[in-house]
This record gives sequence, structure tokens and C-alpha cells, in this order.
Amino acid sequence: MAIADLANPSRFLSFANRTIPWLGGLTLIVFAYGIDQAMLAPDDYQQGATVKIMFLHVPSAWLGMLGWGVMSVAALGTLVWRHPLADVAAKAAAPIGAAFTLLCLVTGSLWGRPEWGTYWVWDARLTSELVLLLLYLGVIALWRTVEDPSRAARAAAILTLVGAIDLPIIKFSVDWWNTLHQGSSVFRVGGSTIDSSILIPLFIMATAFTLLFFTLHLAAMRNEILRRRVRTLRLLQASAAS
Amino acid sequence: MNAANHMGFIVASYAAAIAVVGVLIAWVTLDYRAQRLRLADLEMRGVTRRSGPVRSERAIEQAKEKA
Amino acid sequence: MTALAAILIRDMRIAVRVGGGALIGVLFFLVVVTLIPFAVGPNLPLLKQIGPAILWLAALLASLLALDRLFAADHEDGSLDLILTGRAPLELVIATKGLAHWLTTGLPLVVAAPLIGLLLNLDAPAEITLVLTLLVGTPALTFIGLIGAAIAVTLRRGGLLLAVIVLPLTVPVLIFGVAAANTVGSVPFGTPFTILCALTLASLVIGPFAAAAALRQEME
Repeated sequence: MAIADLANPSRFLSFANRTIPWLGGLTLIVFAYGIDQAMLAPDDYQQGATVKIMFLHVPSAWLGMLGWGVMSVAALGTLVWRHPLADVAAKAAAPIGAAFTLLCLVTGSLWGRPEWGTYWVWDARLTSELVLLLLYLGVIALWRTVEDPSRAARAAAILTLVGAIDLPIIKFSVDWWNTLHQGSSVFRVGGSTIDSSILIPLFIMATAFTLLFFTLHLAAMRNEILRRRVRTLRLLQASAAS
Repeated sequence: MNAANHMGFIVASYAAAIAVVGVLIAWVTLDYRAQRLRLADLEMRGVTRRSGPVRSERAIEQAKEKA
Repeated sequence: MTALAAILIRDMRIAVRVGGGALIGVLFFLVVVTLIPFAVGPNLPLLKQIGPAILWLAALLASLLALDRLFAADHEDGSLDLILTGRAPLELVIATKGLAHWLTTGLPLVVAAPLIGLLLNLDAPAEITLVLTLLVGTPALTFIGLIGAAIAVTLRRGGLLLAVIVLPLTVPVLIFGVAAANTVGSVPFGTPFTILCALTLASLVIGPFAAAAALRQEME
């Protein structure tokens, strides 16, 4: 089935109805395996058991950025290719990405307190991640403030593309500035510096979180399509009554 | 080993993760039910789209019970 | 349901809907606080020292946000005329609208303040004192703001004028709010906090009366 087929909302709905259950089930299975492996993973020789927070913190960070990435592609879909469901995809992704960005900040803060002695520090990595959260909340506020969905879509698309500049800043902040946050240890030139006994559970958890993201995203897109139908019907009803 | 003093932070992190994921799942589920109910309610009142009604007897029944 | 209860619920519903401004206040609060380290430098001890003052300033500015729509929206759709000619005393109606504004704008700020205080490196005693002073002080900000909102009701671009009118009136609240929030240690908590409570109680009365007088003048 080509992407073009999914442009039809009704066909997308039946695709979503079929896909969400088994995608959700797969997510659960991978999570079960991931958490099992995470608990069995050895403690870090320096940090002890607190390294287990990484299995939540790092995937959340990736998901926060994935969310904005999905929104950016959807924004291009709205502005450039005029795909009918692009703005639905964008609006649905925003709260999910925001939630995982918040989770990243919270788990990072809880990890930072035992490791660095402080819940928060204004270094480049943490600040750019906080700015990402503010961008998310701003775009969500924009979606909620403009009543007409298609006008809101164009405004949100532009804001999304402008805000995408934060993503490379987050990624490279630890290289460009002197940060308290540790440097890149997973995706770096020369390979990862993390031992595979911890790296493999990390990737399993990341996969689980990613599956969770797309399950939630499909479900949220479904809800948004239904919400727009309700709105259209109510407008019809109101104009028929007058 | 530091595990004993830091266990609170580890537990809090996992609790936060469960809370966030829980809220997301709840949001998606409750919103779905709300939209289905509203659509069934509208259909019951005879307001339909050109391409046809919502096919869900259970949602229509629930809407009827509310009315 | 009495008229006042109906107005309370209506105002709260409008505030949380599209274009309402309820939770945007908290977002603005967060944005302003985030800007401060960019301007002042990420010096944690310094941020801890000026933290309560920053949070108070940010709360003050965020409270202003939804104020200009408070009466202007009702004026535009005609409900203000109905309120003025209705049976419920105007002062009470205004006080009810003030309560709705505080519940949807001020109270969320109080709830968000401890989390945002973490960004400024505040410790637990400072956080608790700060939350108490904000809890007592934000109603004063709302009720003093009512006066400016009433004065600016018939103006189309009333937002900035409202800020210019209201902010000087809120200076005593700001002074004693920050003084109370900073009393962790040196000055006893009692005195500034008591004066803050007194200011709030006074504003709960003066605000609606002054706003009612202003509205009656404007709508003549």
C-alpha cells in the first residue's frame, strides 16, 4: 500500500484500526524484554546502579527529537507537497514529543542530583533541551489558539521548521561548548564508548520506546481525524439549524 | 557501592516514566472514546457525512443511554 | 445556580478554551525564567540569590496576560451591558470574575513555581517560602489588575496601557512578596508576610469597587 493511498482519511482510519493493536502488542513485548535486560545489565564501575536511569533518559531524549523530526517532515508535507494528512500527523506528534522531552529533563535531573550534586545546571545540552520543551509547548499553544485547523496547520508548520534549528544544537552542544553533561558516547565518529553489556539493553529500550511513539502517534492521528469529523458535522448541524 | 543512597532517584525516574507513558496512553484512549461517542451522538441526530455513518452499534447504544 | 456561580463557571470555561490564556500564563512564566540565565549568566549561586525575585517578577508579568481580555471580551459581545443592567451587584460580579481569573491564571503559576524554582537552584526552604508568598500575593495581583482592565475596557489596543497602569499599583505587593520570600534566615518571616496578607485583603475590596466605578464611567 503506497503512502498516497493513506492520504485518504477513511482509508487511513482503517489502516490505523488494523495496525494499532498489533503495534501496541509488539511494543509491550519489546518493553518486557528491554526492561528485563536493563535490570540484568551490570552496574557502572563509577556510578553504580544510577546508570539504570540511562535506559529511560537516553531513549526519551531521542524520542523528543524524533517527535520534532516527524513534525518537521509533516510540516514540509503541509507546505510543500500539500499532503492531506500531513497536518494531522504534525498536530498528533506534538504532545507526544513534548511528553518525552519532559521525561528526558525529569530523568536527567534525577540522574544529575546524585551524579553532579545538582538538579539543574545551565549548560548547553540541558538548556537546548529545555528550549526544545518550550518550542513544543509553544507549538501546542499555537494549535490550540487558532480555531480553523488548516490555518493553524500552516502557522504551526512554519514554526516547526524554524524551531528545527534546535535539533542540531542539542546534538552537537556537548561538542561545541564546555558542558557538564557528558559528551557523545553512543553515536560518534569511531564508534560507541559504552560497553555492549549496557549498550545492547539501551538499544532494545530505544526500540521499545520508538515502537511506543509510533503506536501513540497512529492512535493520536486517528483521534484527530475523528475530532475534525465531529467539528465538520457540528458546523453542518449549526448551519442547517439557522 | 552507591546503590543504597541513590535507589530513591532510580525509583523516582522509573515512576516518572510510568506516569508519563500512562498519561499518554490515557489521553489517547479517552480522547478516542470521546470522539466515537460524539460521532455516534451526531449520527443519532441524523447529521451525517456524505460518505456514510459511523459503524459502531456499541457507541450508538452508549449515546442513546446518555440521551 | 446563582448568577455569581454561573459567571464563575462561564469565565473559567472560556479561560481554558481556544484563545483563553489560562495555561499560556504558565508557559510565559517558564519562558521568562528561562531567559534570565541567558541574560545574567548561568552562575548558579547568583541565580539562587535572585531566584525568588525573578520568580515574583515573572509571576507578575504572567498574571497580566489574561487581564486585558477580562472585560474587553464581554464588552465586545454585549454581555457587559447585560451585567451592568442585571440584578447582581456589579462589585460582586467583578470580584467573581477576578476569582475566576486567579483560579485559571494565578493558581497555576503557584503550582508551577516550585518546579521552575528548581531551574534557578532554589532549595527546599526557599521553595516553600516562595510558594506561600505567591499563594497569598497572586490574588492581589489579579484584583489590582481588575482596576486597570476596567479602565482600559473601551480601548481597542488596551493591552500595553493596562500594563502601564497596573504595574505601578502592584509595586507594594512585589516589594513585600519578594521580601517575604527572601526571609529564609535573616529577617523573620512574619513581618513582610503579614503586610503582604494585608495588601491582598485590601485589594480584594478596593479592586472590585474601583473597577466597578471605572466600568460605570466608561459605559455611560
